[in-house]
Amino acid sequence: MTKLVAMTGIEKRFPGVHALKNVQFDLHSGEVHALMGENGAGKSTLMKILSGVYTRDGGTVVIDGFDTAPDSPRAAQEMGIGIIHQELSLMNDLTAAQNVFIGREPRRRFGRLDEPALNRQTAEIFASMKLDMDPRAQVGDQTIARQQLIEIAKALSYKPRVLIMDEPTAALNDVEIAELFEVIRRLKADGVGIIYISHKMDEIKRIADRVTVMRDGAWIDTLDAAQTPLAKIIELMVGREVKDEPPVIPDTSGAQTALEVRGLRRGREIHDVSFSVKKGEILGFAGLMGAGRTEIARIIFGADPRDGGDILVHGQPCNIRSPYDAVGAGIGYLSEDRKHFGLALDMTVRANIAMAAMGKFTSKTGVLDEAAMKQTADGFIAQLGIRTPSDMQDVGLLSGGNQQKVVIAKWLLRDCDILIFDEPTRGIDVGAKSEIYRLLEDLAAQGRAIIVISSELPEVMRLSHRIAVMCEGRLTGILPGGADTTQEQIMELATRREAAPVGE
Amino acid sequence: MTTLTTDPTQTFASKLLGAFMHQRLLAFASLIVLLIVFSLASPNFMQTSNMIAILQATSVNGVLAIAATLVIITGGIDLSVGTMMTFCAVMAGVVLTKAGLPMPLGIVAAIGAGAFCGLCSGTFVAKLKIPPFIATLGMMLILKGLSLVISGTRPIYFNDTPGFDQISRGSLIGEVLPFLPIPNGVLILFLVAGAASYVLSRTVLGRYCFALGSNEEAVRLSGVNTDRWKIAIYALSGAIVGIGGLLIASRLNSAQPALGLGYELEAIAAVVIGGTSLSGGRGTIIGTLIGALIMAVLTNGLRVLQVAQEWQTVVTGAIIILAVYADMMRRNKSN
Repeated sequence: MTKLVAMTGIEKRFPGVHALKNVQFDLHSGEVHALMGENGAGKSTLMKILSGVYTRDGGTVVIDGFDTAPDSPRAAQEMGIGIIHQELSLMNDLTAAQNVFIGREPRRRFGRLDEPALNRQTAEIFASMKLDMDPRAQVGDQTIARQQLIEIAKALSYKPRVLIMDEPTAALNDVEIAELFEVIRRLKADGVGIIYISHKMDEIKRIADRVTVMRDGAWIDTLDAAQTPLAKIIELMVGREVKDEPPVIPDTSGAQTALEVRGLRRGREIHDVSFSVKKGEILGFAGLMGAGRTEIARIIFGADPRDGGDILVHGQPCNIRSPYDAVGAGIGYLSEDRKHFGLALDMTVRANIAMAAMGKFTSKTGVLDEAAMKQTADGFIAQLGIRTPSDMQDVGLLSGGNQQKVVIAKWLLRDCDILIFDEPTRGIDVGAKSEIYRLLEDLAAQGRAIIVISSELPEVMRLSHRIAVMCEGRLTGILPGGADTTQEQIMELATRREAAPVGE
Repeated sequence: MTTLTTDPTQTFASKLLGAFMHQRLLAFASLIVLLIVFSLASPNFMQTSNMIAILQATSVNGVLAIAATLVIITGGIDLSVGTMMTFCAVMAGVVLTKAGLPMPLGIVAAIGAGAFCGLCSGTFVAKLKIPPFIATLGMMLILKGLSLVISGTRPIYFNDTPGFDQISRGSLIGEVLPFLPIPNGVLILFLVAGAASYVLSRTVLGRYCFALGSNEEAVRLSGVNTDRWKIAIYALSGAIVGIGGLLIASRLNSAQPALGLGYELEAIAAVVIGGTSLSGGRGTIIGTLIGALIMAVLTNGLRVLQVAQEWQTVVTGAIIILAVYADMMRRNKSN
């Protein structure tokens, strides 16, 4: 096989940080090469050098046998290096085709746009991906998964020979992931080299040929994906052994019910959902993307209105109509989208922790007690091990795991005894994940009722005392937690569609 | 980053210094440069009487700009501060001249009218979900019309209320320090600025101003009653506009119902020159104060240099664009 890319001895320094230390990486034509490492290991920096966003401080980049590193994203594109970013960068109000060819629109004379050619060329790319989509479809109307595929089509329109994919499956469900992998296999067959970055370990086994592990800005090892056990890869990533034990399920038969939901309904999203959670229990919610798990959480929390159904907190009916009511009833919600719904990113750690419990630090005249706030914030920083230079650091500058801990601190301070965690470890690396898991278990052990929504089955199975499974807005079953429940049982419930759709 | 959430253990002096060094240095430096340029250009500029005239000219716009700053930090905008100021002045006139009630009631009427108008704007924005630009645009026209209707389109004079003109034109400082006859209007501006600054940096209301501008949805999902706080912020802003109404009424010794339109843009310009972000989440009162001073110094200086009034407006516009551009450059560099 020919080497498409060969990077050796790559060095990169930022003020105060030695981001890459003598890193090596190579890519063959027609292979999927996974790049693994915790957040901050240097994966993104390395890929930004390859795609021309950063210039290297040392080392050589050989592309196609030529010793030339791209010096701009544009140069990288011309060399045939395409990148699909983790965060979607599409214009929602334009059509799929307009997005794919943005900046390179086919034109007629006098600068008039050739819309038919645009749509035809886009349709060709979609066809090559075996993607069934109208090029004239509005991007904003598509699901995240289909937007991701449009993003891939955009990258393919440059006819790349190297394609960098940064966490392409972060927002996809299992069916969509399978479709994406089909596209990847076809690209492989065409001789495209793919660099694949993901935190989902099981995907590595499914799609990757080789794996390179990085840690703390250094190259650790490059291994054959098929022959290396996942535990070994994780060990290399975190630099120590990580054990994944099944949950110890406490006996909560005598415990009081903390939250009960009866016949919850909302439009087409949620049909007649009833369940309960006891004090000290962790109830996991599994299901495919769009099954209605987040919607349930938002309804219980009063973020979205409900059409019908009752919510009982500690046995008392509770008319929750806004998050303000929910917090008053002792319910906290940790959104799947921390950056948009959980944190004020350009405010400090201290201000964010105090956000839900400002009343505790306010005198009768409305004056804030900063000293008390600092003391509390410092307390949580120590208790939860939040890695931050100080409580006055802007939250936006912390890593994903530490941001999540700030959100948790916010709700602990509010003293909520019912906590709903929506995708608690999204975008968080392996090492920090187990810390978050332990934290959730501690919270349950203290007698709090915990609901965990997760799209990662291993996570649901690792944490839950009971597992509620949803499909298309209905609760299709509740399984016991522990080693006896299999992934297959959960998937069976998660795909159990109703025989006849309910009339609207 | 640029919020004034400072550590209480810091001394006041170091905090003030920090505020200048950190955020307002640029605007402050421009102010100094302007002062130097104008003093070199004309010997009439750096006179105590002229300096006091500049401060006096700043007082109304400064107070309105402080009111606008609060709303802008939440990510909103208030286009109604100009006509609201006039409305408050007219309300003072109704109470004092038409009803013949004592002065304190007139003051309460003006501030109360402002707070009520702010309450209405805030309710439109928070409860009816009308974008702030539209809600306050509507308010601006409503208040302009109401001022004319209530006053019968004629100015209301305060000749029957002795001492009313002293609210702005008298000088408590001058009585103590005769060589420094700073008018009360200026004193009030600085008192309002101090109070607003305190509210922003030390109270819950201020914290929620920044939080709403930074990420409103996250604040709502923290279980905060965001609607109520937003309404409170608009109401406070309106009350400050009421003080502005008193200042202008006192200075003119009359409520001029046709006045007001255009003042809102001057106020917003001062806020923007002072480095407050129109997208919300960041801003300071001291910046706004400097912004208002820059505008007054410009107007005054150009007049002293006998530049035609038309050109003064052109220069002011150019300065606004320049100021915001410079601020963005600085911000990009620091990121």
